[in-house]
Amino acid sequence: MKYVDEFRDGEKARRIAALIEQEVEADRDYRLMEFCGGHTHAIFRFGLHALMPSNLKYVHGPGCPVCVLPAGRIEAAIQLVEAEKLILCTYADLMRVPAGKRDSLHRAKARGADIRMVYSVNDALAIARNNPEQQVVFFAIGFETTTPPTAVAIQIAQAEGLKNFLVYCNHVQTPPAMSHLLASGEVSINGILGPSHVSTIIGSDAYADCCNNHHIPIVIAGFEPLDVMQSTLLLVRQINAGRCEVENQYSRAVTPDGNRKAQALMANVFEQRPLFEWRGLGALPDSAIQIRSEYADFDAEKRFAITDIATADIKGCICPAVLRGLNDPDECKLFATACTPEEPKGACMVSSEGACAAHYSYGRFKSETGA
Amino acid sequence: MSRLDIQHGVVEMAHGSGGRVSATLIDELFIRHFDNALLKQGNDSAQFEAPAGRMVMSTDAHVVSPLFFPGGDIGSLSVHGTINDVAMSGAKPLYLSASFILEEGFALAELESIVISMAAASREAGVPVITGDTKVVERGKGDGVFISTTGIGVVPDNVQISGDRAEAGDLILISGYIGDHGTAILSSREGLEFATTIVSDSAALHGLVAAMVEAAPEIHCLRDPTRGGLATTLNELSRQSAVGMQIREADIPVRAEVRGACELLGLDPLYIANEGKLVCICPAQSAEALLNVMQNYPLGSDAAIIGEVVSDNAHLVTMKTRFGGQRVVDWLAGEQLPRIC
Repeated sequence: MKYVDEFRDGEKARRIAALIEQEVEADRDYRLMEFCGGHTHAIFRFGLHALMPSNLKYVHGPGCPVCVLPAGRIEAAIQLVEAEKLILCTYADLMRVPAGKRDSLHRAKARGADIRMVYSVNDALAIARNNPEQQVVFFAIGFETTTPPTAVAIQIAQAEGLKNFLVYCNHVQTPPAMSHLLASGEVSINGILGPSHVSTIIGSDAYADCCNNHHIPIVIAGFEPLDVMQSTLLLVRQINAGRCEVENQYSRAVTPDGNRKAQALMANVFEQRPLFEWRGLGALPDSAIQIRSEYADFDAEKRFAITDIATADIKGCICPAVLRGLNDPDECKLFATACTPEEPKGACMVSSEGACAAHYSYGRFKSETGA
Repeated sequence: MSRLDIQHGVVEMAHGSGGRVSATLIDELFIRHFDNALLKQGNDSAQFEAPAGRMVMSTDAHVVSPLFFPGGDIGSLSVHGTINDVAMSGAKPLYLSASFILEEGFALAELESIVISMAAASREAGVPVITGDTKVVERGKGDGVFISTTGIGVVPDNVQISGDRAEAGDLILISGYIGDHGTAILSSREGLEFATTIVSDSAALHGLVAAMVEAAPEIHCLRDPTRGGLATTLNELSRQSAVGMQIREADIPVRAEVRGACELLGLDPLYIANEGKLVCICPAQSAEALLNVMQNYPLGSDAAIIGEVVSDNAHLVTMKTRFGGQRVVDWLAGEQLPRIC
């Protein structure tokens, strides 16, 4: 595959691995948070752990939008689709994420709710056009990458007078999440692989405050394995030199300012939401957005007066500490008992690549094989 | 007796009533196309002489959406699927049964093309459909047509193939490119259509298996990596045999088109269904000869040795990535879903 295989070249990988091996200082621990689910995926899929020295560890961050969505928001969507008999459109990987009371969109669909998996918000628009007699709600989730398309869809719906198209907005923002996480207590990570696709929209300058306020090196990293490795090397060099800068490894797509047009679109349709709950991180101020009142006709929360369903406090869950690199997953009382990949409680167990889910697989691997 | 209006007609509740209308459907569609002496006995069961030796029996229900896809349809799939399940014990498949659950309102013309395709697959494989059944469910209670087939076969005397026989040191072979079927189905699924040249690999593998067991009766395991793909099959065999497996990504045949489609959809070819491939585990000393036999057979021309069985109490399947790393190829937690991040 052209433009993909170039970034998966095993020979280059070995050369970068050799440089990393050479440059890490033996008496130092390198704990690097890869912020996005996309990075985590690359690390697991291409087996990057095996290419890293033993004192360099990746700590999986909160940048998986599916993982950080609290159960209450999914529960609200299920109540909505079942009570209003409408069509709910969702990205596929949200289907199995647990809501409260052992429920999920998958199970609601099995009970008869009209829940459709879509690849993009455009598909949801098409469903709304083809079913004019039914209300169609798009379950909008994601960071700044998926936000502009949702904004465009709302503008298109307005221009077309598509009155049966609604958006249940759950879009969240990356820099505030990163800052809150770093500010919420002691942190034992010493570098961050910064978001890739998100940064194409918001630009690398968006992380300057976070980097300066928390004195932590950030390298904007692409999602291909060579991107992750090269970014790792850049972080190692910053850490060794005691530098704290925002560097941009993913310069083939990310500029300092980002995509101004997309930013303007987002600003036109959305505004800051005062408080939003994150699974595993709690309620964070100014960390998410909501639909502006000018577009209230397309806001499912307003149309159906959806109120937040409080998520039962997950007693004993140490996701925030795991995400800050303070604790390993198996130090959590719930780990592998109340919280498993089949019945996840905290954010880190939801996706197979979350810190806890990965530890669940690899921990089994290590302990049972003696590896 | 009234004739069936295949061109314009649809399945009606009466077609499953057991009365005259049912008989017309059976005569003019099923018996006409499946056309063999055992089926024409016309009894509730088909009678045949049992061969000497160990018999095997396998059954498989087929529900696929869409019913017609690039490279096949539910009819040919229901023949290939069951023949392959029988053949994976090393057996020679002898006969098939087929039962149809039809939805009221389903076009008879579509049903006929499915039956024609099924009959052609069965004739080509030399495994006749010798008994069957038809039921009709009300509109909205089925998905057009469901087909359940059962097959029986006989195992050669010197063959002992079973999923629990993999041993440390054995080598793992795959008969060709993985992921074609699942990708072809996805490419034609409503709401997800994308243009591609990928066609399903749906095929009957008993001929290939016969050549393999003749050349190497000492084969330990055979399995067709259907639902859940190669990754799931290797995990099943690891657990059943209480061993681990180590595979090499660079040696696993995946077409560029399949890799591309999976990349775009956020899926992993290792977990995508195949309908005309087999995984073989055999003693290391037999592997090269077996590979030659497979590569000389049309359905095995792209066969490859992809890894080895290792001793491992955790029964893990691990993979050396093309990139040079190492990863665990785990069971899926649920169904494989496209990712947004």
